[in-house]
Amino acid sequence: MNRRNFVRTLGMSAAITACFASSFAFAQAKTVKVGIMHSLSGTMAISETVLKDVALMAIDEINAKGGVMGAKIEPVVVDPASNWPLFAEKARQLLTQDKVAVTFGCWTSVSRKSVLPVFEELNGLLFYPVQYEGEELSKNVFYTGAAPNQQAIPAVEYLMSKDGGGAKRFVLLGTDYVYPRTTNKILRAFLKSKGVADKDIDEKYTPFGHADYQTIVADIKKFSAGGKTAVISTINGDSNVPFYKELGNQGLKATDVPVVAFSVGEEELRGVDTKPLVGHLAAWNYFMSVKNPSNDAFKAKWAAYAKAKKLPGADKPLTNDPMEATYIGIYMWKQAVEKAKTFDVDKVITAVGGQTFTAPSGFPVKMDEKNHHLHKPVLIGEVKADGQFNVVWKTKGPIKAQPWSPFIAGNDKKKDQPDGKTKI
Amino acid sequence: MKGPGFIRPREAEGAVQAALSSRQKVKMRIVSILLLLMIALLARPAAAFDANAVSALVFGDGEEQVAAIAALVADGDARAAKVLEALAQGELKSSGKRILIVRGGTATDALSGEVLPAVPADSEEIIANNRLRRELAGGIAALKLVSPDRNTRLAAAKELSGGADAAMLPLVTKALDREGDPAIKAMLEMIVAAMEIKSSDRELRFAAIRRLASSGSRETKTLLLGVLEKKDGAWVETDADLRAEAEKSLRAVEGKLVWGERVGLAFAGISLGSILLLAALGLAITYGLMGVINMAHGELIMIGAYTTYFVQNLFKLHAPGAFDWYLLCAVPPAFIVAACVGMLLERGVIRFLYGRPLETLLATWGISLVLIQAVRTVFGAQNVQVENPAWMSGGVEILSNVVLPYSRIVIVAFVAVVLVCMWLLLTHTRLGLFVRGVTQNRAMASCVGVPTGRVDTMAFGLGCGIAGLAGCALSQIGNVGPDLGQSYIVDSFMVVVLGGVGQLAGTVYAALGLGFANKLLESWSGAVLAKIVVLAFIIIFIQKRPQGLFALKGRSVET
Repeated sequence: MNRRNFVRTLGMSAAITACFASSFAFAQAKTVKVGIMHSLSGTMAISETVLKDVALMAIDEINAKGGVMGAKIEPVVVDPASNWPLFAEKARQLLTQDKVAVTFGCWTSVSRKSVLPVFEELNGLLFYPVQYEGEELSKNVFYTGAAPNQQAIPAVEYLMSKDGGGAKRFVLLGTDYVYPRTTNKILRAFLKSKGVADKDIDEKYTPFGHADYQTIVADIKKFSAGGKTAVISTINGDSNVPFYKELGNQGLKATDVPVVAFSVGEEELRGVDTKPLVGHLAAWNYFMSVKNPSNDAFKAKWAAYAKAKKLPGADKPLTNDPMEATYIGIYMWKQAVEKAKTFDVDKVITAVGGQTFTAPSGFPVKMDEKNHHLHKPVLIGEVKADGQFNVVWKTKGPIKAQPWSPFIAGNDKKKDQPDGKTKI
Repeated sequence: MKGPGFIRPREAEGAVQAALSSRQKVKMRIVSILLLLMIALLARPAAAFDANAVSALVFGDGEEQVAAIAALVADGDARAAKVLEALAQGELKSSGKRILIVRGGTATDALSGEVLPAVPADSEEIIANNRLRRELAGGIAALKLVSPDRNTRLAAAKELSGGADAAMLPLVTKALDREGDPAIKAMLEMIVAAMEIKSSDRELRFAAIRRLASSGSRETKTLLLGVLEKKDGAWVETDADLRAEAEKSLRAVEGKLVWGERVGLAFAGISLGSILLLAALGLAITYGLMGVINMAHGELIMIGAYTTYFVQNLFKLHAPGAFDWYLLCAVPPAFIVAACVGMLLERGVIRFLYGRPLETLLATWGISLVLIQAVRTVFGAQNVQVENPAWMSGGVEILSNVVLPYSRIVIVAFVAVVLVCMWLLLTHTRLGLFVRGVTQNRAMASCVGVPTGRVDTMAFGLGCGIAGLAGCALSQIGNVGPDLGQSYIVDSFMVVVLGGVGQLAGTVYAALGLGFANKLLESWSGAVLAKIVVLAFIIIFIQKRPQGLFALKGRSVET
């Protein structure tokens, strides 16, 4: 390389650097892509559509305040249509074509299991906002929903307590896939540890989209003759509507046989006549009816956003737990990026641990330093006639998640942090 | 004011028993009434209404609240009943130390009865949880047992049959003594027996257990099972005779419950069968009679459901008063819209594909996707809400453990009506004659002057219209979304093929048979396995008997 060439190269590279530098200076021009992957059609659309909307709301909010590290967030919304293999395809598309910095998405565990290998292979970052069965800990995933010990187990303890009705027999009713199966496995072990015999536990599953709950409700009635019974429902998606309709029509009241649901929130009850359901329970980490300033602000923001975007149901804006978890997730990612001062996935992952955020639930929630789960409060609510929930029980403060439930054999040896091995 | 009302019958009585001076008797009565009134007035501030219990009800914890309810019920005071009802209705609020009943925007102090000028801003609702609500319902019912209105008493007795608190025994026995109506009396006797089963008197317990044998409710079974409970291998109840008696009663109760279960199962089978039939009836015409493999059949059901949704919204917007009748008004539009779409399809696409089943299948499959996407674009991808009219929610209780939901009864009746109409149309009208003629021998029908093309369109429209009716009915029990049709298309084809192509009667038998089989299997093996078993059965059946249950006999039909 002669001198002239060297000078020319130097000049060019200087010019290019200047170009880059100027683009850094004009922060407006810089954007960062963020994936949003929720089913907007199919059986899960009833639950997932609002998560897409709340994610877009949070992104708008962050962009209005100057974005993340000066970069505007550009959301990339994909619709995997409640089709589990399609989730994996869409995830691959987000990571390889759109090159998103982070993805917020999935509801059902089967969809999460479907995308997990993709995120691990391509070293992506996923924030998963829904309560789930645990038994998973991936370096590439942050779980902002509840683990079983933050939802299912406290709910069952409540049902067994005097205030909860002192249930002696349990019907474990769920949709047939990984979340209900694993949760019920944990619950069965937990109930056994509390002295409930096998004959007092009835486990039942229905396919996705099941619409005829006549026999199941009749069976619950029959089972309840044997002693004080409670139903623990892990039914997911739009099957809940026919199930609750059938309960109401067959006159099974909450005072006789309470149903506690882990996937039914304010949004799912929208399409149901809630008067016959008064008193049935749900366990979450957040309810719309919680009274505190940060929730008031969250609700007001959502109502304004739904109205401005003319979302379906904007006349009656509802918030729920997975929406809160999505919102928390987006802000935790933003804070972590700002702490790490880069969008680099590995550095952001290290920075997310230990982040705190004043959640709409009214508690300061914290991302555990090691196990990729939030410390969250547990609330149990009863359905009111207007489709909202009365909080009848709550923990004193946030509790730490146990992704590896102690009620499953062999879990005591597992480490409470990602071990770098793939989980599939 | 009450005087004369009391005196008149007494005077009549006096006339009969002339021995006593009636006037003297009347005087004594008046005096005693006055005395009672005075006592009541004097005693009022001291007894009857326990303010402490009310404040325990509002501010106490779970245990205290339950005790307070029992205390207020034992009081039997009218104001106590008001407080309890207010709590049950969510109208009881606290404002600082004050306890208010807020109803329709006016606040009344629960203790003093004073009406406040405005509802205080800091008032907070007192929340009743399930346990409290159960106690409240029982307590309020116990207070209502002495109501003069028969229906109120009946409802109260029904409520208490669900398990009454032992503390209410005196109230219930008192009500039992005064009860004149035999039906309510029988219920009260059961309630008393259910409470006396835990009494300390052995004879009383025996009598109670024996009496409970005539009951047929789930709660009784629970009670009797309680007597027969074992703990750590030893009987909780030590009296063997009592256990034997309980065993006997338990068998009697279970015998009755089993009947209830059978009736429930049979109805579930009929209901599922009727839904399958409704979904398949349209297909029985388009596929069964005309031989068109219409994969878009499910989407026509979906169009019917969306039409119902649309009509519902029109009613909500323009005639909220007549909302309960929207469903009846939605039936004709559902038929017409689906039929029009069907006829368009036939004229535009299917007409050109007669006799080419594979192409028809592909073309209609494509059309089904187009229709789904069109609906998604117009109405959104999410499910839409179709509300049941008030007369379709709830159910009728035919046995103590069987409630038949009105929505399902209505659908069974609706299917029967549609079936009869279709049968009449096919067998007693000119169009029906043409349809049968064309499907049996197209060339001959054409020769004798039947406009086969138009008949095809009409018949296809009819089948699609019936699919629309199915959508209208299905919107009442399931979810309405763009994918609605997908879940019915397989079932519909299953029914038609199983019943025998070209046979209406076969379709009916197949639908009901599948409904029963599905429900029976479901109660044995669970919903997931039941579906697998039914599908496996159909595969085997079709292999052994490809023509279905009822084969078309005769020389007809092109191959």
